[in-house]
Amino acid sequence: MQIITQAFEKSVPNICDKQLYRQLYRIRRVEEEIIRLYPSDRIKSPVHLSIGQEPVAVGVCSALKPSDIVFGTYRGHALYLAKGGNLKAMMAELYGKSGGNARGKAGSMHLVDTQAGMMGTSAIVATTIPQAVGYALAVQMRKQETAVVVFFGDGATDEGVYAESLNFAALKKLPILFICENNGYAIYSSVKQRMPADNFCERAESYRIPASRIESGVTQEIGLAAEKAIQSIRDGKGPQFLECLTARWRDHVGPDEDRIWKYRSDEELDDWIKRDEIAILGSRLTPDIKSKIDAAVEQEIVDAITYAEESQFPDAGELLDYVFR
Amino acid sequence: MSSAEPSDRELSYAEALYEATRQEMARDESVFVFGLGVDDAKGMYGTTADLHKEFGSTRNFDTPLSEDAMTGVAIGAALAGMRPIHVHQRMDFLLLCMNQLINMAAKTSYMFAGACNVPMVVRAIIGRSWGQGAQHSQALHSFFMHVPGIKVVAPTTPHDAKGCLIAAIRDDNPVIFMEHRMLYGNRGVVPKEIYQVPFGQARHLTEGQDITIIGVSHMVVECLRAAQVLKDVGISAEVIDPVTLAPLDINAILTSANKTGHLLIVDTSWTICGAGSEIVARVVEETGEQGIPKMKRMGYAPAPCPTTRPLEDIYYPNGQTIAEAAHQLVCSNSNWSAPKTLSNEVLEFRGPF
Repeated sequence: MQIITQAFEKSVPNICDKQLYRQLYRIRRVEEEIIRLYPSDRIKSPVHLSIGQEPVAVGVCSALKPSDIVFGTYRGHALYLAKGGNLKAMMAELYGKSGGNARGKAGSMHLVDTQAGMMGTSAIVATTIPQAVGYALAVQMRKQETAVVVFFGDGATDEGVYAESLNFAALKKLPILFICENNGYAIYSSVKQRMPADNFCERAESYRIPASRIESGVTQEIGLAAEKAIQSIRDGKGPQFLECLTARWRDHVGPDEDRIWKYRSDEELDDWIKRDEIAILGSRLTPDIKSKIDAAVEQEIVDAITYAEESQFPDAGELLDYVFR
Repeated sequence: MSSAEPSDRELSYAEALYEATRQEMARDESVFVFGLGVDDAKGMYGTTADLHKEFGSTRNFDTPLSEDAMTGVAIGAALAGMRPIHVHQRMDFLLLCMNQLINMAAKTSYMFAGACNVPMVVRAIIGRSWGQGAQHSQALHSFFMHVPGIKVVAPTTPHDAKGCLIAAIRDDNPVIFMEHRMLYGNRGVVPKEIYQVPFGQARHLTEGQDITIIGVSHMVVECLRAAQVLKDVGISAEVIDPVTLAPLDINAILTSANKTGHLLIVDTSWTICGAGSEIVARVVEETGEQGIPKMKRMGYAPAPCPTTRPLEDIYYPNGQTIAEAAHQLVCSNSNWSAPKTLSNEVLEFRGPF
C-alpha cells in the first residue's frame, strides 16, 4: 500500500488551480443553494449533501475523459457535476419537474446523465459496485478504451457484494478504478464501530488490486493518484483502488449541520474545515480571476434554479411511462 | 432453415434452449452466457454445452460463487449495451440475487426515465424429485410477478422454450426465464429457424366446454393428463398454458372461464399469494357479479418440499388429483375417485441432480 500524505508540490501551473477551483466552488455553491431553498419545500427529495467531500469527485474526474464512465451513490451531486452532468436538469429533477434528468421520477438519489458518462445512482448502499464491474466487463469484451470508475463510501465496504465485486474485477483484470470515499462514518456509525481494522487498502490488496490511500484531502493529490491509476487501467493492467480520506460536513441526509448529534468531536470536523480546498485553491487565484469564476458560477446557478422553477410538473399521464423500456 | 430438414423435426426442451442460445449468440455479438457451471462438462444439462468452444471463453463462462455481485455484473453489462444470459442451476439461488433484481434491474428503466435499461435474461431451473428437498425445488415466480419492471416467462413445450428464450434475449427489459427440470426431456416439434414466441399470449392446449384448467410450467403436463382422465368420464376440459406470467394474458383466461363457468388453476408453487391468487382476483374483478365462475387453486402443499418419495409424491398435484378437483368443481359434492395417472418424467428421473 502506498500512503500519500505530503501536500501536493506547488509545481502544478495555476491554470490547473483555476479549473479545479471552479469545479469545487460550483459544486459547493449548488449545494449551498439547495440548503437555502430547502425550507421553501420546493425541493421534495431527500438530499445527501457532498459539502466537504467535493475534492474526491473533482480530483478523480480531473483524470478522466468525457467518454469514461462513472458509477456513484445517492450522495451523488458532486460526482454528477464533476463528471459534466447537466446542472439545469439536476435542479429540475430535485424539484420533481419534467425538465429533470428522469422527468421527476428520480430525485436527488438517482441522478443520471449518460451523455456525460454519469450512470444512474442508487439509494441502496454498494449496489452500483457490481454494476460498474459489469460495465467494465462489457468494455473489456468490446476491447474499448473506456475506463470505468466506481465511487462508494466506507460503509459500502461492509457489504458482502463489495468483496464479491473486488474478487471478480481482479479475477478478470477489468478496467475499473475503485474509489472509496472514506468519510469515516456510515450515517453516524464510525469505521471503528464497524470493522476490526482500518485497513481498506490491505483488503483490496488481498485481491491483488494495487491500492493507495490519500490522507490529505488535497484535490490535486487525488487527481494525480487517479491519473496514475487510470493510466495503468488503460494499459490493460486491471483494477486499481484508491482510498480517499474526506469529511462530510453536513448531516447524513438533509440540509442541516450535524454537530447536534454529537457522534464525532467538533475538533475532528473543524480540522477538515480548516483545510477546506475551496478556500485554499481560491486564495491561490488572483482576485480578478476568482471573481470572474465566482460570477459565472453564480449566474449558472441562477439560470438552473430559474429553469427548475419554470419547468412543468409531469403530466398524470406519465405515471406508468418507462416501467418497461 | 435447411431445406433438407423436415418441418416436423423434434427436439427436447433442453436441446431447444441450447439451439435458441446458440443461434442468438451467432446472430448478435452482444449476447453472452455466464453462471456457475455453464462451461463445465455437463454444460447445464446440455443447454450451454461447449458454447465457449464455438464462441470463445469470454462469451460462455463460469463465475465465482457470488450470485449477488454476478447479478450486478449482468446488469452493468446490460447497461453498457450487452445482452447477458445469467444461468442458475436452481431457482432457489435467485434469493441471493434479489437486491440486484428487485431494487436495481426492475427499477432502472423507470427510475431513469428510459435513460438506461437492462436487457438481461435470468435463467432459473426448478428442481424436483430424487430428493431435491426444500432448497432445490422452489418456484418463486410470484415474487417477481409482484414487482413492476420485470417480466416472468415459464414455457412448457420445447417449441415455446426456444421461441420464448429468443424473445427474452431480444427484450429490452429484465426477464426471469423459468425452466422446470422435469420438462427437460420432453420432446416436441421445434422449427429450426429463428422465431420468437410473443409474451402475453396464452396457448390453448385443448378445447373444452366444461372447465378451464390453467397450468403453470410443469403442471401443464399434469393438467393435460387430468384432461385425458376427465374426457373418459365425459368432462371436456380446456387446458390453457399462460406461457408468460408477467405479462399475463388474462383475457384468454377470462374468455375461456366465462365460457366453461369453471376455473381450476394449478400452479408449480404454493397457492398462497401465488400466480393462482392473482388469476382468481383478476377474474373476479373483471367479471360481472352474476357471471363469476366457480374457481379453485391447486399447488404445492403448504410446506417446504420433503425429500422422501412417499411424501414428495403427495406434495405435488398430479393428473389424478387435478382431475378429482376438476370433477368436484364441475359436479358439486362429487366423491369421484380418478384413476391413477403416471408422471413418467418424474418416475423415470434419476439423480443426482
